[in-house]
Amino acid sequence: MNVLIYLVPTALGLGLLGLFAFLWALRNGQYSDVDGAALRILSDDDIEH
Amino acid sequence: MTEALDLSLYAKPAGEGTLGMELAVEGIACGACIDRIENAVKSLPGVREARLNYTNRRLHVAWADGAVQPAQILKVLEASGYHGHPFVPLRAEKDEAAEARRLTRCLAVAGFAAMNVMLLSVSVWSGNVTDITPETRDFFHWASALIALPAAAYAGRPFFARAWRALRSRALNMDVPISLGVILALGMSLVETANHAKHAYFDSAIMLLFFLLVGRALDHAMRRKTRAVAGNLAALKGQSAHRFAGGELTSVPVAALQGGDRILVKPGERVPADGTILGGNSEIDESLITGETVRRKVASGATVYAGSVNYSGALTLKVAVAGGASLIDEIEKLLEKAASAKSRAMRLADRASRIYAPVVHLTAALTLAGWLIAGASLHDALVTAIAVLIITCPCALALAIPAVQVVASGALFRASVILNIGDAVERLAEVDTIVFDKTGTLTLPEPRVANIAALDPGLLQMAARLALSSSHPLAVALSREAEMHVVFGGAVEEPGHGVRAIINGIEARLGSPEFCDVVSENTSSASAVCFRHGKRFEVITISQKLRSDAVDVVKSLRERGLALRILSGDRPEAVAPIALALGIESWQGGMKPADKIRRIEEWKAGGGRVLMVGDGLNDAPSLAAAYVSLSPISANDVTQARADAVFLGERLRPVLDSVVIARRARGLMTQNLWIAAIYNAIAVPIAIGGAVTPLIAALAMSGSSLLVTLNALRAGGRTP
Repeated sequence: MNVLIYLVPTALGLGLLGLFAFLWALRNGQYSDVDGAALRILSDDDIEH
Repeated sequence: MTEALDLSLYAKPAGEGTLGMELAVEGIACGACIDRIENAVKSLPGVREARLNYTNRRLHVAWADGAVQPAQILKVLEASGYHGHPFVPLRAEKDEAAEARRLTRCLAVAGFAAMNVMLLSVSVWSGNVTDITPETRDFFHWASALIALPAAAYAGRPFFARAWRALRSRALNMDVPISLGVILALGMSLVETANHAKHAYFDSAIMLLFFLLVGRALDHAMRRKTRAVAGNLAALKGQSAHRFAGGELTSVPVAALQGGDRILVKPGERVPADGTILGGNSEIDESLITGETVRRKVASGATVYAGSVNYSGALTLKVAVAGGASLIDEIEKLLEKAASAKSRAMRLADRASRIYAPVVHLTAALTLAGWLIAGASLHDALVTAIAVLIITCPCALALAIPAVQVVASGALFRASVILNIGDAVERLAEVDTIVFDKTGTLTLPEPRVANIAALDPGLLQMAARLALSSSHPLAVALSREAEMHVVFGGAVEEPGHGVRAIINGIEARLGSPEFCDVVSENTSSASAVCFRHGKRFEVITISQKLRSDAVDVVKSLRERGLALRILSGDRPEAVAPIALALGIESWQGGMKPADKIRRIEEWKAGGGRVLMVGDGLNDAPSLAAAYVSLSPISANDVTQARADAVFLGERLRPVLDSVVIARRARGLMTQNLWIAAIYNAIAVPIAIGGAVTPLIAALAMSGSSLLVTLNALRAGGRTP
């Protein structure tokens, strides 16, 4: 069962990584325009014609 | 003469020589609009940033100070087919956004902790019935403590803060048992872990927080959404006024007007602010204010009110000092009285939790005492009492109502009804009497051609196209019938008389009977215009017209057992035909605001729950006095602010939909409260009996929460 000593903290660390990623996204305004984001991906103004 | 548009009020410094402005944008129909709008604005030299928020239809623009005039941005938008309306975000909106972010952060932390603690707990539960070693179990419990304690300290703050505030003012709210339950459960689990016990309750405490935060975040998101929509609406309605500055005329937003300013009101425009006439003669239509459809003649020295329409001549006004106008003052006073009466009606959820909180505490205390008397050790009695506290904490109760409200408000939004107040849904469902105002509510806010059937279609089209050349309100009403929106070349307007143009080589005239050389047999032709084309002529009557679906909606409402009445400020002769057409027997005309309130109070005293639907300024006090109120989007600002909900469009159908959706939502709320009650009825005896293991607590709590959430989704179905 010694393997748990480092596996449990590793799992927690990965979870924390996800939590911080979410908090960063929240602060960065990624959730301020949910409907718009779904439509912006369809625009191809980055392609040179 | 082109006059400058001064929008400096809305441009706010955004650092580094940049100015920023927020615009509510009207006319966004699809995703392609995002690019079109942003590219159009960015094409202006000097614009540094243009970002459209598609969710709330707002555009943020930033530009180098001095490089662009704010008015240019509006012009560019206009050229691309959109209307931009600058506005200053309300302070309350900013605070709510910060609060929403705080709740979401708490929710994220609680969710993370709940998942990880549960992972460890499930291992312990399965280990307890198989072969887990005490050392591994202790390790898992300590790991749970390490996650749960900081997470609870962070995510529990919204509850702890409110509980503390309630306790300090010697009151009891639902946050008190929640906080007590969480803190005691965590503390006890820590002691149990230190004593190498088999069970710990970290998972229950953290899951409780998670579910409660979901309910609170939903509730908050809904209030925020309604407020953002209300903010946009206010901006869309913001009009501009022509102000004399020195000798010149500048166009300024109404918000920038101050007492003593001199402004010009052109024919066909709405009066932007209360004031006294300094010069000019005209007729004004005050139907938006008093419901009266007959126009009033005004001259120098007369007082006019914001919202009335100027008909015939240009007026110069001196803007009244804020609060100086007597009509508005009187209405404000009536409003305050009526609004204070309404706040006494308590919300269903508050009522439920007020009864519930003491019961929770009492049950837990009795459990503790009971087990001690029965001879259990203090440790066992305490464990059981805390289990009772946790299991009775109202996860399902906290989710039952907000979840239904969020789904129902979404359904209302699709039915073109926008809520101003979240609990309006509950009150709409209990309505048994609907009181309609006439002008602008049952009828369309703008007058229309009344005698279409009797007119020659060719002549009508010609007259309607000619009417496009005039800004006179009657001409504007007539021009709505035009199929081709192309102005006749060479049309000349003779102010106070009419318009003339040469059509197909023959002179056409539109205007007063004298102007068209028509002997009108209709003597009460206050709302008639004449049209002459060569030898042929028509007298076109223009009047208030019923909303297209009013008859059907009124019929459906009656079939649903609602009593319908009309209270109008207009003359009885004008109300009678409308009441007859709709088959509403109980109607009264010539009502003053105070009369309307008195009638509503009488019905309320008789046990009636009155839904008031009205748009005039004279309706504002009765909207506030009624049990619940609706108002069309065309209504006066003051009125709209008092209404519990606002509906869009030219149809009356939203009134029916809102009652139907609200009744369904109310049914689901009751069902959800019953689900929560049944959950307690089953779980609490088990908890008092001392048989609740953490596994049972987890299953019971998440099961009931999921059940009420799924049930709430049914509120969003289509209306029949």
